[in-house]
Amino acid sequence: MDRLIKDFLRGLWDENPVFRLLIGLCPTLAVTTSAVNGVAMGLATSFVLVCSSTIVSLLKKIIPGKVRIPSFIIIIATFVTIVDLSMNALLPDLHRVLGLFIPLIVVNCLVLGRSEAYASKMPVSWSIIDALGMGIGFTWALMLLGAIRELFGTGHVFGYLVLGDWFTPWQIMTLPPGAFITLGLLVGLINMITIYVHKLVRQQHKATN
Amino acid sequence: MELFLVFLSAVLVNNFVLVRFLGICPFMGVSKQVETSLGMGLATTFVMVVASTVSWLIQHFILEPFGLPYLQYVAFILVIASMVQLVEMFLHKTSPTLYRSMGIFLPLITTNCAILGMALILVMRAFTFSQSLIFGIGAGVGFTLALVLLAGIREELEFADVPAPLRGAGIAFIIAGLLSLAFSGFSGLVS
Repeated sequence: MDRLIKDFLRGLWDENPVFRLLIGLCPTLAVTTSAVNGVAMGLATSFVLVCSSTIVSLLKKIIPGKVRIPSFIIIIATFVTIVDLSMNALLPDLHRVLGLFIPLIVVNCLVLGRSEAYASKMPVSWSIIDALGMGIGFTWALMLLGAIRELFGTGHVFGYLVLGDWFTPWQIMTLPPGAFITLGLLVGLINMITIYVHKLVRQQHKATN
Repeated sequence: MELFLVFLSAVLVNNFVLVRFLGICPFMGVSKQVETSLGMGLATTFVMVVASTVSWLIQHFILEPFGLPYLQYVAFILVIASMVQLVEMFLHKTSPTLYRSMGIFLPLITTNCAILGMALILVMRAFTFSQSLIFGIGAGVGFTLALVLLAGIREELEFADVPAPLRGAGIAFIIAGLLSLAFSGFSGLVS
């Protein structure tokens, strides 16, 4: 049980796909012009991740080793098609904003990576927990990046006015350069916090010994 | 003239990496040395050129006549995966040294979203066959250009005094941001 919780929490911080592993970066940079878009992309990716991990884990004994990567990609592409078509029908506005990056979930290395590294070796329930952890980790990273870019780029967060009229929006934050620079600074910040926390833990170990 | 504009637009104005955010993973992963990044760029360009023409043919001669547009993603990704396999076998036979230096990144071209993205864009924008071919070449050249530029800067950065938390990925993203800022200067070039 302990290990199950650990595997779940791993995706949230220590092995956060965006900030620590640096995978799945194309949608991360492209769609995070606002917090809502970030959350939507995160949830769509999480859905594909959980479903494909489940199926891969169920079929792991049937899929021959040599053709496993193409088989995984076809499983993933199926779920991406489902997300794409249902989003187009139910949430057409959001679908237009996310555009090209919904079909590109097929080649998101996060999804294929979890299938190959985890789901193809572990039981179904474990794979679902792992996929959920990674999905939530991916979603909060996109939400944070989207919220920061929306705040400085328009003065709003989730569509609500946060910074008043005195604030002149930095338009660069909603453009491509803003995405790269914000993510660079965030990766640095997360690294700084991790280094600091590890130092604290080590000092506590020394004190108790 | 029109074909030249398609090329210029794909290389500079809508650069695949710095403006459209496609292919960021190899952009960050293989940009530590100019030489390997150039090899990676050329291999990707080759796959892009072949994939652009083949996916155009598949779209217009198989998916549309038989009414199978919902199979688009599955069909395109299979074409790209088999193209990459072909390049891999070809390189393995003709140039074993280059093959070895590219290592794991060669099969990973399959999951480079710039290639699937390019195939989907050329269908979306209803390009003709020759436009698709030029668009594929332009996309590949643009990708190689961005990759080599970043690799050149990162080689110099080895000797710079970067704050510890920003070392590696952090500073690379900030440099990419500055490059992207420079490329946004091209935005008025083609309307």
